[in-house]
Amino acid sequence: MKVLMKGNEALCEGAIRAGCRFFAGYPITPQNEVPEYMSWRLPEVGGHFVQAESEVAAINMIFGAASTGVRSMGSSSSPGISLKQEGISYCAGADIPFLIANVMRGGPGLGNIAGAQGDYFQSTRGGGHGDYKLFVMAPQGVQDMIDFPTHCYEIAYKYRVPAMILADGIIGQMMESIEMKTPEIDPKNLKEPDWALGINNTGRPKRRVTSYDLREGMLEKMVLERVKRYRELEKEVLWEEKMTEDAEIILVAYGTSARVSATAVKMAREKGIKAGLFRPITLSPFPKKRLFELASKTKDFMAVEMSLGQMVEDLRLSINGKANVHLHAKPGGSLIAPEEVFDSIIKVTKEGVKDYATIK
Amino acid sequence: MYLGARLSGFGGQGVVSAGVLLAYAGMLDNKNVSFFPAYGAEMRGGTANCSVVVSDEQVASPVVTAPDVAIVFNEPSFAKFEPLVKKGGVLIINTSLVNSKSTRKDIKIIEVPLNQMADKLGNSKVLNMIALGALSKVTNAVSKESLSEAIPKVYKKLKPELIELNRKAVLEGYNYIN
Repeated sequence: MKVLMKGNEALCEGAIRAGCRFFAGYPITPQNEVPEYMSWRLPEVGGHFVQAESEVAAINMIFGAASTGVRSMGSSSSPGISLKQEGISYCAGADIPFLIANVMRGGPGLGNIAGAQGDYFQSTRGGGHGDYKLFVMAPQGVQDMIDFPTHCYEIAYKYRVPAMILADGIIGQMMESIEMKTPEIDPKNLKEPDWALGINNTGRPKRRVTSYDLREGMLEKMVLERVKRYRELEKEVLWEEKMTEDAEIILVAYGTSARVSATAVKMAREKGIKAGLFRPITLSPFPKKRLFELASKTKDFMAVEMSLGQMVEDLRLSINGKANVHLHAKPGGSLIAPEEVFDSIIKVTKEGVKDYATIK
Repeated sequence: MYLGARLSGFGGQGVVSAGVLLAYAGMLDNKNVSFFPAYGAEMRGGTANCSVVVSDEQVASPVVTAPDVAIVFNEPSFAKFEPLVKKGGVLIINTSLVNSKSTRKDIKIIEVPLNQMADKLGNSKVLNMIALGALSKVTNAVSKESLSEAIPKVYKKLKPELIELNRKAVLEGYNYIN
């Protein structure tokens, strides 16, 4: 049965279906429906919701709750996510899995409350201090918002890394008809991880959750052990392709930009231009190998993003000089129109502009 | 089939809630739908508007910049959206509150005295339902039956007599259009 749901609410329902039973957060537009929904929905399933006094308090509450093994979640929007970076780094350093959602808005600074994609670097490069990575998924609609939390928890617990859902204000605020397909997980049926502090911890050797070791050489050992898991994590890369087989130009875009690009590809095909779409579903890990493969037969790639040109750098690293990489960028919380992207496709394919880059 | 709609008016005129109902009705008609509110830093009594897409295909952008149909509930909305309606599109004007006249010859103008009609039904709040009824008749994008069916699904706390009143208002708007 289909239901009509808002992206932010679908994200919450998806997390609860995935067994999330603790949420702490602080309000910020355009993700306010997340704490609002969690505040009444979590108690219904025996979970706990805390309206924290600040973003920093919220992330540290999550650190505590997740340390016990309870599936926990936090969410915010760009400036709020910046505030949480210290806590995220601590969780990554202590190998504590949890789910965090960033419903991006325009930046930098306080920016605006429109949807944007300016937090790509922050999300895929760690974001806080120190050597670490997150597992990052990029939803392109409300169906993804309800489906992704299950996968995020699975990966986060398997590799002991924090997982992030990187959405934008448009996906958070829009309503679409969706299906609830993911299984409902009862946390009572989940095995307590062997690192978790647990609730009833009598009669077993003591466990320690920490992000530091001051003894000489020990931190290096901790980090190198984590790197092994990061390497394994590479195989969890996900992407989607549309009409890339015969493409002379491939648009590369995630989230809302991918939806807009899909329309631009259709417009191009109607005019006889062989355009295709490559949509990274995971941003970290990034689908480098597949893009490199595609570069052996497609000459032109174009990153389409609602930021100054951030994902384009991962695209360039993936293509590694084997094909031309172009950019269609729109910062400042403004939506890209399919017609604009179509114009850029014409510039590259018909007018043969080299190293095409438009920032408007 | 693709319909991009924009609904706009004062906060409190039921513009956003009518948008949700329109999307829900489209879903009942087995269409792909999206609803997107303008969530600017508005205050009570300020302006409110939303985008709704009803389509056979997957919805690309949920933000409708050139609407196939726009419903303007008040004067500021007329000023903002009248110029944006797509060539060959429809502009539904609430003549109870909008005095301006459109000079555009390339769009279809539908004038409906929404407030007066709602008052006649005994509840000024149902003006948004009258507007949706008119939209249903003019565009065929959603059926009046689906609008009617969607009412208790979207407004879950509505009392039975008010569900009936809202349904009556949808019909009223539908029948107003020749």
